[in-house]
Parts: sequence; structure tokens; C-alpha cells
Amino acid sequence: MKNPQNDTGSKMGMWLFLLSEILLFGGLFILYSVYRFNNPQAFHLAAEALDRPLGTLNTLILLTSSLTMALSISFLKKGGPRRSLLFLSATLFLGLLFLFNKYLEWTWKVHHGIYPDAPRLLEREKGEVLFYGLYYSMTGLHGLHVLAGVLLLSVMFIFILRGNIHRNHFVPLENTGLYWHLVDIIWVFLFPLFYLIT
Amino acid sequence: MPSFYEVGNRSRGILSWIFSTDHKRIGLLYLFSILTFFAIGVLLGFLMRLELIAPGPTIMRPQTYNAIFTLHGVFMIFLFVIPGIPSIFGNFFLPIQIGARDVAFPKINLLSWWIFMTGAFLAILSLFTGGGPVDTGWTFYVPYSLRTPVNVPLAVFAVFILGISSILTGINFVTTTHQLRAPGMTWFRLPLFVWAIYATAWVQVLVTPVVGITLLLTLTERLAGVGIFDPAKGGDPLLYQHLFWIYSHPAVYIMILPAMGVISEIIPVFARRTIFGYKAILFSSLAIASVGSFVWGHHMFVSGQSDLASILFSLLTFLVAVPSGVKVFNWVSTLYKGSIEVAPPLLFALTFIFLFSIGGLTGLFQGALATDVHLHDTYWVVGHFHYTIFGGTGFALFGALHYWFPKMFGRMYHKKIPYLAWAFLFVGFNTLYFPMLILGWKGMPRRYYDYLPQFHSLQLLSTIGSWILIAGLILLFANLVHSLFKGEKVGDNPWHGSTLEWQIPSPPPKENFEKIPHVERGPYEFR
Repeated sequence: MKNPQNDTGSKMGMWLFLLSEILLFGGLFILYSVYRFNNPQAFHLAAEALDRPLGTLNTLILLTSSLTMALSISFLKKGGPRRSLLFLSATLFLGLLFLFNKYLEWTWKVHHGIYPDAPRLLEREKGEVLFYGLYYSMTGLHGLHVLAGVLLLSVMFIFILRGNIHRNHFVPLENTGLYWHLVDIIWVFLFPLFYLIT
Repeated sequence: MPSFYEVGNRSRGILSWIFSTDHKRIGLLYLFSILTFFAIGVLLGFLMRLELIAPGPTIMRPQTYNAIFTLHGVFMIFLFVIPGIPSIFGNFFLPIQIGARDVAFPKINLLSWWIFMTGAFLAILSLFTGGGPVDTGWTFYVPYSLRTPVNVPLAVFAVFILGISSILTGINFVTTTHQLRAPGMTWFRLPLFVWAIYATAWVQVLVTPVVGITLLLTLTERLAGVGIFDPAKGGDPLLYQHLFWIYSHPAVYIMILPAMGVISEIIPVFARRTIFGYKAILFSSLAIASVGSFVWGHHMFVSGQSDLASILFSLLTFLVAVPSGVKVFNWVSTLYKGSIEVAPPLLFALTFIFLFSIGGLTGLFQGALATDVHLHDTYWVVGHFHYTIFGGTGFALFGALHYWFPKMFGRMYHKKIPYLAWAFLFVGFNTLYFPMLILGWKGMPRRYYDYLPQFHSLQLLSTIGSWILIAGLILLFANLVHSLFKGEKVGDNPWHGSTLEWQIPSPPPKENFEKIPHVERGPYEFR
């Protein structure tokens, strides 16, 4: 009885944490809506310049990674740690791939002189400066969350390997899954807002 | 049974405290760190008042004055009032009052304290690094905070870190209240302090992230020039204000709700009567927490937001005064025909009602659109704020200290001295802050280094009040510190309280309860 934690409790704590994450991004979504409302034309022009195929690819990557994550959890519950590990590594790999693509995308943009405070960006209309300000802030914060997710997945990988997490004690993996799905869902909103609505 | 002071963990000495996951030890860690920051905040306020004793420069230069009023706000708000009651007394008593052995996540609880101390350390570090202490006011309003050469980035980051600590504490308390209530401890048998902390915890979880992102954006603005809040690049400073107050207005309810919880505990015990309107008080806590999250625009009546927005925010502001009024009437009704014993905790609780009522009523003047134009950014606002937060939360914290001191430390303080200290505090408080209301009404703007000669006598009076107040504070804390070592040993239930914390030894054993209790009655049924 020393440690009164229970599984329902830690699940609940995780949901509360995810709620606070949604509100963290919520502030950014408010800013996006107001600025889009005020600068429809500039947002339209700036969004055209984003790499839509790469964005679509990244969306597919994250959605698939959510599937592999869910598979990893259900294999662990059914008592297949090896398959669970396999799908966990697939999730990890897809997460890293997403970050790599994001890195490419940002590098190309920076190469074209479009980054915060860049002289060539500041020459443009103010609405476009705002669009890219939001683009870098929101995808940047999301990228940090993917990175945190990747680290979390690696920790889970070690735990399962060492047998600390197993079929009778899988809540930490489930919570990691919840977090990973949240990161995925946020991207599902970011993708249309930046790449599709033009 | 040995108390939690005697039974530690594997570590020894100070390590057995700073690495303890025991909620009681963590509560005391918060107690001593938060009171230290309070002392710093008081010192800064004292210096500010001393500067204002006469027109013109007296003891410091204008830039120093700007830094000091900013730091006074940052220390008092983020390091004392917001974490104050929930982190100290919530940690110590929430688990005991619901019949649990600890919070739901003891390790995260310890982590919260460490994050809190890291934030505090960074806030202090920001004074001596970069461009020196921040001079923006505790609100960090853009665009000034983007242009000033002082160390805004580190200060803003420190507050962000403190926010993380607050969120984690909130998550812990909500989960604890849901999951760890003892058998028979139904929702309507929860002590009202638990309800208050529970409502506060929700506000902490839901609104702190919004100020988190606002501060992060201010930080990236300073470091990378993103332009989201920078009018030169198309950004809108008004949106900063909106996002800032979406958190910072509910934050005043984070400050006051736990205080109201304390008052609801103290009054029935010293009136020997069950609380009047248990459910009314409980639901008014929830109403304050929810409606209070939608009134932030009343900080921005003169900022240029739309008239429609101002009208709606004004209406909601008046509405949120209703549940606060409900509480006050219920407390007073509890006293009616009670067998009242004006012990020190009750004295502070009654003072809370008096001062908080003045604070609340003066708030309505600002909530009205027309009068606010006259009162905005004057000393009136400073007076109103201190009446609610110091007169409210501050006095409730003193009350909580005197109420739970015997339980926390197993000793009783000298019982006469608090009355004397109270007299100093009460006289000092009103001499300090009431002139501010008049000054503001007459048009003295806040945050000014200098003032016109016609304001001199009231400013002088206010400064004298600050000395009386500080004398009271010294007396009050000297008594408590002395009693910590020399106080008389006390029994389990010196006040004859009926909530669970009074049914266990003082100080509590490490696991709180030998056997988890089975609760069969409401929290304030006295026999």
C-alpha cells in the first residue's frame, strides 16, 4: 500500500495532461484563426508556396505510425513482447522519418530566405510574415512534441526489452500510445490549416 | 506511532526531505520555500513604498523602481500567492482529508517541487544576467517587452517553468480526489477545502497552458523575431493581452478559491455549527472556477477591444460576483447562533470576510464600463487587488497557518501574540491600502515613480501603513518560528475539529492512517 497509484489513476492523469497539451496548442490555433481572418489573401498566397506532396507524405507517415503504435500495444496485451517490440520500432522509425522530412522542408525554406526575421521575408506583405511566423511556431512546437514522443518510445522499448512492462503491466505503454495519438491528431489539424486551405 | 518527522526514507538529513515523496514533507518544503519568497516580496514592496514617501527621487533611481515593482509582482504572484495555499496546505491536507495515504502521483509531486524551485532559481538568476532585472511589470506586455534591453527572455522562461509545476500539481490533485477517496467518502461528504482545491486544480490544468504558449511565443519573439506579437511585423499586441489574461484572470481564482476553502473549514469549527449551505458553497466554487474563466476581457476595457466584447465581459464580471457573495452570506449564516470562540484562526477568517468584501465591492466599480475608464491603471486598481489578494488570500493563509500549525508540527503557538500581531496587521493593512483607493479615485496612475504634490499626504500615510504592517508580519512569524521549537506539545485535536485530519495523531504518522477510515458522516457534524 505504499504507493497508492493504480492503473485507472495513471490513465486519468494522462488524459488530464493531454487536455493541458490541447490547450497549449489551443492558444496557437486561436492566433491562427484571428490572423487568417484578418489576412485571407496573404495567407492564401503564402500557403501555395508550401510543399504539399511532402506534407501529405508526412501525414501518411504519422497516421501509419499511430496504427503501428496501436498494434504494438495490443500485441503486448496478448502476450507477444517480440511483435510488440517490432511494431514499436516501426513507430519509432516513422517518427524519425517524419522529423527528417520536416528537417528537409525547413532547410529548403531557409535556403529560399524564408525564416523568422529574414530580410527577404520581411519585404513581403505582413500577412505572409505572420503566416510563416505561425508556420514555424506551430510546426516547430509540434516537432518538439514528436521528438519527445520518440524519446518516450525509446524508453518504452528498453522497458519492454528488460521486462519491466509486460502483459500484466502495460499502462505506461498505453499512456505513451495516447500521447503519440495526440501528437498525430494535432498534425491532422496542422496539415490542412497550412497546406490544404489555400 | 512515530510521526512522519521520525520515519524518513533511505536518505538522511536534508536529502530525506528534498528527495521525499511523502506529501507532508513536500508540503513543508513548499511552506518554507514559499514563505522565503514571500519575505523577498515584502522587502521589495517595502522599498517601493519607501521610495514613494515623498515626491521626487528619494532612495532609488527610476529604472530601479521599475525593476522593483515588476519583481514585487513576479515574486508575489508566481512564487507566493498562486502556489501558496494549494501547494502548502493542499499537499499536506488534501490526502488526509479524503482519507488517503498520499497523492495519486507522489513522484510527480516531488518533481513539481523541483520544477518550482528551478523556475524560482531562474527568476532570481534573470536579475543578474542579460540586461538586468525586468522592468515590464509582471504582465510582460508586448511590444515593450520585445524592445526593452533587460533580461525578459530568462524571466519569461522562468514563469513558463513555474507554470509546468502548477499544471502537474493540478493533475495530481484532480486525480487524487477522484481516485483515492476513502470508502464512504462520497463527493458530498468531502470537506469544502477539498472541493476548493479540486476546483482550483481544474483551473490550473485548463488555463495555465494558455499562458505557457503565450510566454513561449514571447520568448521565441525575443530570440528569433518571429513577429506574431510584433506590430512592426504585422502582429497584434492585443492578442497577447487576450492570451495573457485568459490565464491570468482565472489565476486570481487559483489564488482566492483555496483561500475560500480554508475559511469554510475554519468557520464551522470555531462556531461549533455545521456549515450553512454546504452545497451552495461547493457549487459556488465550481461556478467561480467556470464563469471566472470567461471574464478576462475586463482587463482590456480601454485597450481597444470591440464594444460588444466589453459589454459581454462586463456582464460576466458582474455574474461572477454572485457566487462569491453566496459564499460570504453562507459563512455569516454559519456563525449565526453558533457558539463562537474567537481563536486566532477564526480572527483571521473573519478579517478575510471583511477585507475580501471591500476588495470584491471595489472590483465591481472596475467591472462597470464607464467608471473603469476613469479608474483604469490607477492606484484604485492596486488598492482593489491588494484588498482581494492580500486581504483575502494572505489573511486566509495566516488563518490556515494558525489553524493547522498544531497538526503540522505537533506544537501549539503562544495564543495571545497572534491577537497583537493581528491588530498591527489590520491597522497597517488598511493604512497602507485604503489611501490607495482614494489616490486612484483622484487620478494617481499606478506604476509611477513620481507624483504631484497634492498626493503627498496620502502617499505618506500609505508608506507609514507599510511599516505597521511589516511590524505585524514580524510579530506573527516570530511567534510561529519560536513555537516551532519551544511551543507546548499539543494533543490530536486541539480545536475539536471533525474532519479526518483531526482524528489522527499530531504530527501525523508517515502513512497518515493506521487503517484507512470508513467515513459515515458529513465533514462538519459536531457532537
